Amino acid sequence: MQIKLLPLFFLLFTQTCFSAAKIESWNTSQGSRVYYVHTEGLPMVDIEVVFDAGSARDGNQHGISELTSTMLDTGAGKWNADDIAQRFESVGAIFGAGSSKDRAWLSLRTLTQQDLFTKALATMQAILTKPAFNPQDFEREKSRTLAGLKHREESPGALAAITYSKAVFGDHPYAHPGSGFIETVEKITTANLANFYKQYYVAANAMIVIVGDLNKQQAKQTAEKIFADLSIGKKPEAIPTVSMPTKGKFQHLDFESTQTHVLSGLPGTHRNDEDYFTLYVGNHILGGSGLVSKLFKEVREKRGLAYSASSHFAPYFRKGAFTMGLQTRNDQTSKAVKVLTQTLQDFIDQGPTEAELIAAKKNIKGGFAMRIDTNSKLTNYVSMIGFYNKPLNYLDIFQEKVEAVTTASIKDAFKRRINPKLLQTITVGGSEK
Amino acid sequence: MKFQLLTIIMLMFPVFSQAADIKPQERVLSNGLKIIVKEDHRSPVVVSQVWYKVGSSYEPGGITGISHMLEHMMFKGTDKHPPGEFSRIIAENGGNENAFTGRDYTAYFQTLEKSRLPISFELEADRMRNLHLLADELIKELQVVTEERRMRTDDKPRSKLQEHFNAMAYSNSPYKNPVIGWPADIASYKVKDLQAWYERWYAPNNATLVVVGDIVPEEVFKLAEQHFGPLKPSDLDPLKVQTEVKQLGVRRMTVKLPATLPYILMGYKVPSLTALENEKEAYALEVLGGILDGGNSARLSSRLVRGQQIAVSAGAGYSLISRLPGLFLLDATPAKGKTVYDMEYALKKEVADLKRNLVTSKELARIKAQVLSGAIYERDSNFYQAMQLGMLETVGLGWQKADDYVDKINQVTPEQVQEVARKYLIENHLNIAYLDPQPMKNTASRKVTKGGRHAN
Repeated sequence: MQIKLLPLFFLLFTQTCFSAAKIESWNTSQGSRVYYVHTEGLPMVDIEVVFDAGSARDGNQHGISELTSTMLDTGAGKWNADDIAQRFESVGAIFGAGSSKDRAWLSLRTLTQQDLFTKALATMQAILTKPAFNPQDFEREKSRTLAGLKHREESPGALAAITYSKAVFGDHPYAHPGSGFIETVEKITTANLANFYKQYYVAANAMIVIVGDLNKQQAKQTAEKIFADLSIGKKPEAIPTVSMPTKGKFQHLDFESTQTHVLSGLPGTHRNDEDYFTLYVGNHILGGSGLVSKLFKEVREKRGLAYSASSHFAPYFRKGAFTMGLQTRNDQTSKAVKVLTQTLQDFIDQGPTEAELIAAKKNIKGGFAMRIDTNSKLTNYVSMIGFYNKPLNYLDIFQEKVEAVTTASIKDAFKRRINPKLLQTITVGGSEK
Repeated sequence: MKFQLLTIIMLMFPVFSQAADIKPQERVLSNGLKIIVKEDHRSPVVVSQVWYKVGSSYEPGGITGISHMLEHMMFKGTDKHPPGEFSRIIAENGGNENAFTGRDYTAYFQTLEKSRLPISFELEADRMRNLHLLADELIKELQVVTEERRMRTDDKPRSKLQEHFNAMAYSNSPYKNPVIGWPADIASYKVKDLQAWYERWYAPNNATLVVVGDIVPEEVFKLAEQHFGPLKPSDLDPLKVQTEVKQLGVRRMTVKLPATLPYILMGYKVPSLTALENEKEAYALEVLGGILDGGNSARLSSRLVRGQQIAVSAGAGYSLISRLPGLFLLDATPAKGKTVYDMEYALKKEVADLKRNLVTSKELARIKAQVLSGAIYERDSNFYQAMQLGMLETVGLGWQKADDYVDKINQVTPEQVQEVARKYLIENHLNIAYLDPQPMKNTASRKVTKGGRHAN
């Protein structure tokens, strides 16, 4: 009986499951947005508090957003770093804090058993609302950060990424690396951090994501509790738009390495771009689909020039970069760069074939369930949806939008948006001889 | 009709959630293929992994890295499917796929929407026995693997140090060789080497199929029988036992490379869980690892990084799951003004403390809480669960060990931790590598060409 029902059941389950990731949203009494998804089966919850306080808010103090995140769990309220670590780890909770270009976040993964959950949440709340920014902790964390920046100089890949980002974004706040530079981090003080925190870590600039086995009432209480002692403040001005470089550029940095790292691209797309899905699907074919993309085939499968070769759009609040990248033996750099740019040029001129588009759509739609099959992945998606104000049914719309893309729309969008004459190309490695 | 079905779903859901941690089920086909299936119905997806009992620790000298090379060639076509077809079919079905090679295993995986599982089985069964090794494809793929080696090891000072460190620490254990292989060996693989390696190890009786996801075990077994059942088993020659000789004194090395920061890596010879009489000791070493480096409240962070502030980072680790005995590792990067010798002194002092004093009940309680929560968190990912089952089975421990883990850790006492520290973390079994940073030549001399070099 049961066995006979199973196939039918599975069919229906498949249909209902995608919208089963039901996102609910409301505002706390302080005015912070809450995004909540109830998932069952495991007695755990992921909580992410997000601020518009990423490295784009660094001003000229490059690295301050990340340093603020680093400092958060080194002291809060009456607890020092050891107390905080002990409080989380004694209940098996995992706390994290970090920042990207747009966002700064605090994250907590904890069991939902009452006593464990309460202790973990209270600790996170203290970190969020009463960080100490103690000068002694700061000196230590600063020198650790500086050591990390020095270590970064060993990496040709990191050097390429920094140089590339500067070339693509110019003077825009997206240009510098989130970890900053030795010269800028050295100058940052605890007073700077306190100011940064005071300005950006405020309820008006905050949202919270809750994904897991809490009921709605518990989720409401959690959100209220966590923001209760946060000052309301105000939302910062939107960061400026990104402008296109006026000229293409080719830049090589000598580095004592066996491989040359190549990055090439320009400002691409943003989260509320009308062309976003068209560019996304197009890039999937060009270089975004791993082992079957055009770049992978041209660079690796046909010529064995590199271990990895890919392209991607990094969409932010403003335009992030469209980037193609590979690493290759020093003496074949020119050849590899040529393959990269020629593959792009052909794609812009000819667009994808109907068969390529069908294959890409099958891949994206057929694999859709895997984008949200864990609480971690779901949390990431919901956080993105919340932060960029996407509709709550984004995950359904996503599939419709992908379906609507045509070969003609891809060709048109790439032609309008990716001008190969403006590519910023960076190579870092040994000389070709 | 639909309405009627809905009530059934409502009835069934709670059953699924309560039974979320359904025990894995096992079946062995008559050709020797072992299948392990774990149900997880939280999402309509499935992960399928094929694990072969072969990896770099199986390789004789001269062809180190050949397991990894073969892993690459496994995507290069069979009698039935031309090169690239495997990946194209998986992609068209919405799947993600890849493969990985370690010391003790080579594994291939696909994650798919659950109804596509037969596609994975059909393709994996095909390439288990019918791989087509082509000379032209090998020439290109050799280049790719050489690039991979450059990226992973040659241009990374610490990875390179680790490679040299292993080569020094092990006398005759095959763990002395890098998984990716030594450059000279990579350069000289021939099709016939790969063919022989493939024929020797790629057989149903040397493989484990692990499936985790929204599936019904009986249906998976039936499907596996249909696709893998007809494959012929091989006569497997047992692997030669290359028991590592006893180390007779501390070994030290200096690695000089262009780098910006000094670094130290230390390793004591220790048993792994596979040596059965040592089972308790292995879990005690695992706990010892957690005492030193099980989070931000563990000793290395709280004492060396924060308390004394002599290290910018310090870590410790032990792989419980390996086929052969390995190393208990410690590493550190000195803070400004401190040296690798200060790190060595400080790390040894922590080891001495573990020998002299019992760890506190608070520390043990912390580790137990982490292990308990970890066992829940890891169930968020089908992939991780499948990894665990596949790895345990492939190194020879049996997947059932996954269930023991929490209990065994809970049974570890402070006395046992002290005992393993005294028994195994001894100077005569210690290996040390110092990274001595050499000046870097490049301070970014730049050549800028403006305009269209790439626009032609």
